[in-house]
Amino acid sequence: MTENLKIAVSVSGLSKTYNNGLIALNDISLDIMKGEILALLGSNGAGKTTLISIICGIVNPTYGVVKVGGYNVIYQYRDARRLVGLVPQELSLESFETVFDTIKFSRGLFGKPRDNCYLERTLRQLSLWDKRNTPVLELSGGMKRRVLIAKALSHEPRVLFLDEPTAGVDVQLRKDMWKIVRCLRETGVTVILTTHYIEEAELIADRIGVIDKGKLLLLDDKSVLMKKMGKKELQIDLQVPIDVIPNSILKYNIKLTDDHESLIYTYEKNSDRLGISKLLGDLAAAGVILKDVSTRQTSLEEIFVDLVGEKK
Amino acid sequence: MSFLAIQTIYIYEMRRFLRTLFQSFFSPIILTSLYFIVFGAAIGSKINTVDGVSYGAFIVPGLIMLNVMNESTSNASFGIFMPKFEGTIYEILSAPISFYEIVLGYVGAAATKSIIIGLVVLGTAYLFVELPIAHPGIMLFFLLMTCISFSLLGFIIGILSKNWEQLQVMPLLVITPLVFLGGSFYSISMLPPVWQYITMFNPVVYLISGFRWSFFGISDVPIFISLVAIIFFTAGCVMIIWWIFKTGFRIKQ
Repeated sequence: MTENLKIAVSVSGLSKTYNNGLIALNDISLDIMKGEILALLGSNGAGKTTLISIICGIVNPTYGVVKVGGYNVIYQYRDARRLVGLVPQELSLESFETVFDTIKFSRGLFGKPRDNCYLERTLRQLSLWDKRNTPVLELSGGMKRRVLIAKALSHEPRVLFLDEPTAGVDVQLRKDMWKIVRCLRETGVTVILTTHYIEEAELIADRIGVIDKGKLLLLDDKSVLMKKMGKKELQIDLQVPIDVIPNSILKYNIKLTDDHESLIYTYEKNSDRLGISKLLGDLAAAGVILKDVSTRQTSLEEIFVDLVGEKK
Repeated sequence: MSFLAIQTIYIYEMRRFLRTLFQSFFSPIILTSLYFIVFGAAIGSKINTVDGVSYGAFIVPGLIMLNVMNESTSNASFGIFMPKFEGTIYEILSAPISFYEIVLGYVGAAATKSIIIGLVVLGTAYLFVELPIAHPGIMLFFLLMTCISFSLLGFIIGILSKNWEQLQVMPLLVITPLVFLGGSFYSISMLPPVWQYITMFNPVVYLISGFRWSFFGISDVPIFISLVAIIFFTAGCVMIIWWIFKTGFRIKQ
């Protein structure tokens, strides 16, 4: 029961088949906890937007149950939707409205009484206050993205969906956006973002889910995921370039770089025997003189590519 | 029911009307004046009376109907088509509101605009002809129901249209001919018997006839049938919209 109270969004056995026969989601189940930042990773067409759209009520599910704040999104849609804010992938805005009017519209649409102070705070937070009387049509792409975020925040949602929020966005807005996301988390708002920029997930998320071809391949804490699946690379720069890897060290998972000046040894970070000492000993025995040694952690991107690649 | 959400959509749509004030407000006045000059003064002077009413006055109910039907349809269809076209429909679909709140907001605003335009046309008519209103209550009822029902029809067209062409075709190829052939500018009794029979399949005949009755106490079909026709038409449109939202046809996948 206590566990249920901590769940912001619960998805159970969710499937979606579009009229054209495309299976966008295939038996997805996951719980998103209150106050966490969850990143859903997946390539284009993986099913991320469909999942978000079903939770927000824009797409009808074929099978499965979705609850937001304990409310069923089909049968208790008013209570469920009241909690949700959505920043869509496309820059969909009313072109002729001013910035302030368009966010006022969003607040009213969600049944929230007028609160110009709150809207002003939101606009200031997004550096939009100076543009409040500007028609949306005259804004740049980055500004329009900010307006979309302001619209989603205008009705004070408890669960915020950001669908590919940084597509085509400059560095400054990206930084601002993550600042806002962190602030929201501090106030207990749950944030779910979809992205195929893995560094974003790595930077901001608490948990990471990977979706591919409508299936949830994994869902885990970012740190656990990195530990569980992380590989490390040892780069050995050579004093004198070599043409071939000596026979005595071929047994190691080692590669010679194209410029023949370095050796790359890949090993499991969490294995009991890393084999580094033995490798270095064997290299010395083979007469290879080392110039420098460095290590590098496998990035989330490489983990993602590995995962999706394995499934293929 | 979220009255705030209905009010928000309603005000948003009314503001769009005010942004295009010249097109919305003055074009019916100019068109009506031209109709009076051409049909009332030039052609009407050759026609003495129709069922005892001067031709200039006789065409007024038809002119009002022509305007409100076109305006209701185009306003409501455009109102819901724009969010679909711009992609902002996502916000309406994800809001904690039901189909009837969405319909009340959009159709309410479209019908309000049409009523205003209908009254503007009526006011313009008084500049040209003497116009008695025999049954003002029934006149307002017909005006209101026509605005609501055709706004509902426009809302359906806006949802079903996949592009701008489809949005334009329905009012242009269906509604305008039905209004022109529905006795806007003539009495059905002026037609040959075969055409009188065929005309009875045109639903607009019942609306114009009922509306004209409220002015002059004369009608092509009994007023009771006209009243039933407009109520059935409105109910039919509501049922179709209910089905569209229930199934998500053309709005939700």
